[in-house]
Amino acid sequence: MTKILAVDDSTSMRQMVSFTLKGAGYEVIEAADGQEAFDLAKLGKVDLVLSDVNMPIMDGITLIKELRGLNDYKFVPMLMLTTESASDKKSEGKAAGATGWIVKPFNPDQLLSTIKKVLDK
Amino acid sequence: MSIDLSQFHEVFFEESFEGLDTMENGLLALSPGSEDDESINDIFRAAHSIKGGAGTFGFSVVADFTHDLETLLDEMREGIRAVSQEIVDLMLKAVDCLREMLETFRDKGEPQLETAKTLTAEFEKILGQDSHASEADDTEAPHHDDNCHRWHIFFKPDNDVLRTGNEPYRMFRELHANDGVDDFSVEAVVAGVPFFGELHPEECYLAWNIYIKGKVSREEIECVFEWVIDDAELSINDLSTAEGQRLSSALGAGEAAPDSPNEVVAEVVQLTPAVVSESAESVTENEANNASIATVGAVAKEPKKEKAAKESASIRVGIDKVDELINMVGELVITQSMLGQLGKEFTMDRLDDLVTGLSQLEHNTRELQESVMKIRMLPISFAFSRFPRLVRDIGQQLDKKVELILLGEQTELDKTVMEKIGDPLTHLVRNSLDHGLEPPAERLAAGKSETGQLTLNAFHQGGNIVIEVKDDGRGLNTEKILRKAREKGLVGPDEELSEERINDLVFQAGFSAADAVSDLSGRGVGMDVVRRNIQSLNGSVEVQSFPGKGSVFTIRLPLTLAILDGQLIRIGSETYIFPLVSIVESIQVDEGNVNYVAGQCEVYRLRAENIPILKLYELFDTEVESKVLDKSLMVVVESGGAKVGIIVDELLDQQQVVIKSLETNYERVEGVSGATILGNGTVALIADVNGIIKMASRIYEKAIQHLHSKATEIGSKAA
Repeated sequence: MTKILAVDDSTSMRQMVSFTLKGAGYEVIEAADGQEAFDLAKLGKVDLVLSDVNMPIMDGITLIKELRGLNDYKFVPMLMLTTESASDKKSEGKAAGATGWIVKPFNPDQLLSTIKKVLDK
Repeated sequence: MSIDLSQFHEVFFEESFEGLDTMENGLLALSPGSEDDESINDIFRAAHSIKGGAGTFGFSVVADFTHDLETLLDEMREGIRAVSQEIVDLMLKAVDCLREMLETFRDKGEPQLETAKTLTAEFEKILGQDSHASEADDTEAPHHDDNCHRWHIFFKPDNDVLRTGNEPYRMFRELHANDGVDDFSVEAVVAGVPFFGELHPEECYLAWNIYIKGKVSREEIECVFEWVIDDAELSINDLSTAEGQRLSSALGAGEAAPDSPNEVVAEVVQLTPAVVSESAESVTENEANNASIATVGAVAKEPKKEKAAKESASIRVGIDKVDELINMVGELVITQSMLGQLGKEFTMDRLDDLVTGLSQLEHNTRELQESVMKIRMLPISFAFSRFPRLVRDIGQQLDKKVELILLGEQTELDKTVMEKIGDPLTHLVRNSLDHGLEPPAERLAAGKSETGQLTLNAFHQGGNIVIEVKDDGRGLNTEKILRKAREKGLVGPDEELSEERINDLVFQAGFSAADAVSDLSGRGVGMDVVRRNIQSLNGSVEVQSFPGKGSVFTIRLPLTLAILDGQLIRIGSETYIFPLVSIVESIQVDEGNVNYVAGQCEVYRLRAENIPILKLYELFDTEVESKVLDKSLMVVVESGGAKVGIIVDELLDQQQVVIKSLETNYERVEGVSGATILGNGTVALIADVNGIIKMASRIYEKAIQHLHSKATEIGSKAA
């Protein structure tokens, strides 16, 4: 089963993302900050990383940069969940190795269609 | 797939309120000119999360309102904007406004937007912009073009494109999948591929020419390349126009990309949502206006009711407490199986085992009870957390400088008690700020530091929690209090009172020590209400004053409302329970000390005091063993500063009893605060001492009136 790592410090957002993805048949691993996500990602390879940007302890951009440094995660798609106002974050994230972004606010359908697109190889 | 987002609302509200608390605390700690990056970042993150969540879960007015706040915080975080008092004040107001909006949404209401609009205007004044681009989504799929185009796309991604997880093939598939496509072809440009020896397997050296014929718009194409547009060479030319053809033929190496396709996207995106949200707003406004005026009152009231019901809906418990509980239950199960085993093959010589088992059971039960109680316990910081803000605001309002000291914030207290102690505590704090602490000038004149100190201290003492509200102000003015009390007839003109009694007068109904009713204290909610509220929690409040040095209000509360330390007493065949806190002493009545005042009312001379004697069997209309006062037992109880002696037949055990509500199981009964089930299975009523005293005083009043009327009758006859 396709494994997705969902990272967000907001419980409600994480729950929403996780619920949506599980409903679409994905396996979801949740993390509340970058550090936790990084540790989980190291334990077993996931097929997609979906991360909030602004988080305590380790932010999403650092997470992506750290993950790209790992052999397992060189080509794994990683999407940032970001708000439109943070356009400079988009380029910062791209430089760190992010595949792309999903702009908050988004609805479950938008989330799923983007993910399907990315995972479609 | 459609998902009901409302299932996440509760979590969203909960975390948003937490976020607002974080923001408020952070803002309060922020001093002008400071560059405390960490706390600004925390505040920013909280605002950011609220905005993101609000947008996602359909509360776009909240998201829009948070937008300016976030922008301003971002500027502060980046160091572009200095932290000023003005901004902090404005942000605190915004936090209040957000809290109100979210509360309204939580209670299924539609928030009023006037405050939000005013604040937004203020934010925008600071930000120096008069309109903000609405924060709606730009993820809306671009529309098909009605015209048929012939597109030539040249795409040369960055060598590193694969390392970002972007697969060019995926993008082509997506383009191809567009409904409008009639004809689609891709050719790879291999000119950039190096010799095999120099080829790095993780890099992408290819470029592509893509030809699309069909009703596909430029935006749709740009959308596909959105994530790579910045690092790639991309040109999109419409071969159906002459200009496009020229560009396309000049292309070859892909030099002539249109200037910054990004800008085009941005423009399109910002225009539409602004229009959409504006019209949406006006629609909701119209709807609100059209709603019949008669229902306005009802609408305003309803959410409040729901709010009260929801207040105690959930509780957050530390995992350690739950683990402890599971542990206890495990032990209980072991004991139960041991006893079960014993019961099956019981012989008298195993009596010792049974006794051990039963005491084990008792031990387990008590521990379990304690752990369950602990689950309801929360640190008092939940009740204290509102005060930094409150003290700051009131201090500003009164032009007083105040330093708030919070001690014992981790002291734990039952959740229900916590919820009910908030208002009395707030009143005491307001009172101390208003009446206790002096203005700076007066403090300086008295040789004190300009800044007054207000201390809130919580600690456990015995089975109680004690909360002190202490100020280093002027203390209570006993002279003034006594004078007022005499004016109001609370104290007789010649009556001499101890200082303690005088200070206690501030808790009397209808007493306000303030010369003029200020905006803060004395708004009809007096200290008598504070005392009454605290007493309804089986607690007590008293004041100690040190003239010129300050005063201390001490609140004592039981740790929980579910269990009461009670004294069992018997009257006739009935067992009653008196709360232990209300009992002063128990004595044997000496007839010589009983005086008959005003006919039916008997008083007992106990040392220097006259205490009315109350016959509970008369009030409750029950049988009693003996009606002879001499040598009978009298329990002296106190409530609301009044003492009475209650005649009982027998004093039984003291024990902890579990309070069962009479109201939920039967109906409210005057003089009874609840009931409990005793060890032998019988139900015992728990006496509401305050209520009993009230009942009694009504009866005596009647008796006194009766006497008065007789006296007038006799008087008129004599005349």
